[in-house]
Amino acid sequence: MTGIDDPRASGTEGYNFAYLDEATKRMIRRAILKAVAIPGHQIPFGAREMPLPYGWGTGGIQVTAAILGPADVLKVIDQGADDTTNAISIRRFFTRVAGVATTESTAEASIIQTRHRIPEKALREDQVIVYQVPQPEPLSKLEPRRAETERLHALADYGLMHVRLYEDIARLGHIAKAYDYPVMVNGRYLMSPSPIPAFDNPKMDRMPALQLFGAGREKRIYAIPPYTPVRSLDFEDHPFRPIRAPHACALCGSTESYLDEVLTDDAGGRMFVCSDTDYCGERQVAVAQEAAE
Amino acid sequence: MTADLPQTSGRTPLLNAEGLTLRFGAIPALVDVAIDISAGEVLAIVGESGSGKTTLLRVLSGMMAPDAGTVRWLGDDLHAMGEAARRRLMRTDWGFVHQNPRDGLRLNVSAGGNVGERLMAVGARHYGRIREEAIAWLQRVEVDAARIDDLPRTFSGGMQQRLQIARTLVTRPRLVFMDEPTGGLDVSVQARLLDLIRGLSRELGLAVLIVTHDIAAARLLADRMLVMRRGEVVEHGLTDRVLDDPQHPYTQLLVSSVLAA
Repeated sequence: MTGIDDPRASGTEGYNFAYLDEATKRMIRRAILKAVAIPGHQIPFGAREMPLPYGWGTGGIQVTAAILGPADVLKVIDQGADDTTNAISIRRFFTRVAGVATTESTAEASIIQTRHRIPEKALREDQVIVYQVPQPEPLSKLEPRRAETERLHALADYGLMHVRLYEDIARLGHIAKAYDYPVMVNGRYLMSPSPIPAFDNPKMDRMPALQLFGAGREKRIYAIPPYTPVRSLDFEDHPFRPIRAPHACALCGSTESYLDEVLTDDAGGRMFVCSDTDYCGERQVAVAQEAAE
Repeated sequence: MTADLPQTSGRTPLLNAEGLTLRFGAIPALVDVAIDISAGEVLAIVGESGSGKTTLLRVLSGMMAPDAGTVRWLGDDLHAMGEAARRRLMRTDWGFVHQNPRDGLRLNVSAGGNVGERLMAVGARHYGRIREEAIAWLQRVEVDAARIDDLPRTFSGGMQQRLQIARTLVTRPRLVFMDEPTGGLDVSVQARLLDLIRGLSRELGLAVLIVTHDIAAARLLADRMLVMRRGEVVEHGLTDRVLDDPQHPYTQLLVSSVLAA
């Protein structure tokens, strides 16, 4: 842990390393430890005011700040991209208040803070992924009373969630949830995976990296320890299907990555490109090299 | 399944309660109430408004704890078994039919989803089979199977009540609590509903604990009957005996005030 006299934090005199004071970090780390001990269970914590508004990743930033060390390399993605406003400003924030190195490469990062995506490249044991979570309670739309949802979790009474999926199939012929698709963690807790596309759900299953989830406004932290089974809810005769646009990436040609649809003009022009900019960039370089050889 | 008429004794009761006492401030809601119900038996609790019928039902079903006394389900103390076990009972071996179907149904979920909820709560994960079961039950309670995807709020009061019964019976409970299931329905609909409840309880060997102020309904359905007044059980016995030869003055008053059917 580095203190306020850290030369790398010049211009931020008076601030502790990684913005939060040590007592706060300790409180958050306790919540994280408890969350890791009970996979998928939401742990309340005393979320602090952060220098950005709720909904911009205050939960994720606090978790990152609590686990960040001077030797860490930080990657921040927003909707898969490294070059969007949220990603850039959070990266710059930690560069200023912690002086840590940042990267856009998934392979080089030791901590990845993310909003709405899991990188395409498989994560490793020595990496930690931190999700920004707007609504940690998967049952919130079905049961508005917090006390009641806590009771349902305590009793593992999750029939209600299946009723919701049943209704989707009865009305639309398929399960209509395309993001924030509910999962069972370790066969015990129903968990919201944060608004990642259902396409990314299978990546959570038995992931070698530690997965941490922070919800700032709702003041909850939860976690999935490495190699924990994570199963998307479904019916035997309507199995879970990851949804992907049926196209190839216009830039790198990938037919496996998750795609964004981008409007290119006001005359109906559109293109499909990888949402993971790092993955797409690496593939473009590889394709160019192959062509050169 | 035993098809003969249930006896009042000689069998281990499913549910039995002793010495139930509960006060709401100065008002005695239950005074030393004892009750038992055996498999396949229909037991009616009758009495005027405020006599403690519904309170008794709530205590027996574990929704409310008594000040004193015990409720046992198959010999286990209900209020000592913990909420998780009680909830499991509530979705497997028990059913609860509310007076107002809106309390027992999910109004923003289709009829099929309502019937399927208990199946899914106990682990059914095959959409096709859940749906088949829901259709079978809708037909059984005489709701048009074509309305399986309609919301219950588009149903009439009688249909909602029948849907609630289908939703409750789908997991084949052994004991069903009914709180004035025919209240608020018009007379012809009441008669059909009573007929349905009687048919289903015989067919499935259900034990039913039914609270009603309708003596005629009790006569039609119940094997045994319990008369309550001001929280006390003033008389109990076989339905025909209680109604044809009432012993307690209050029961006599109650029976004589009913129009001859």
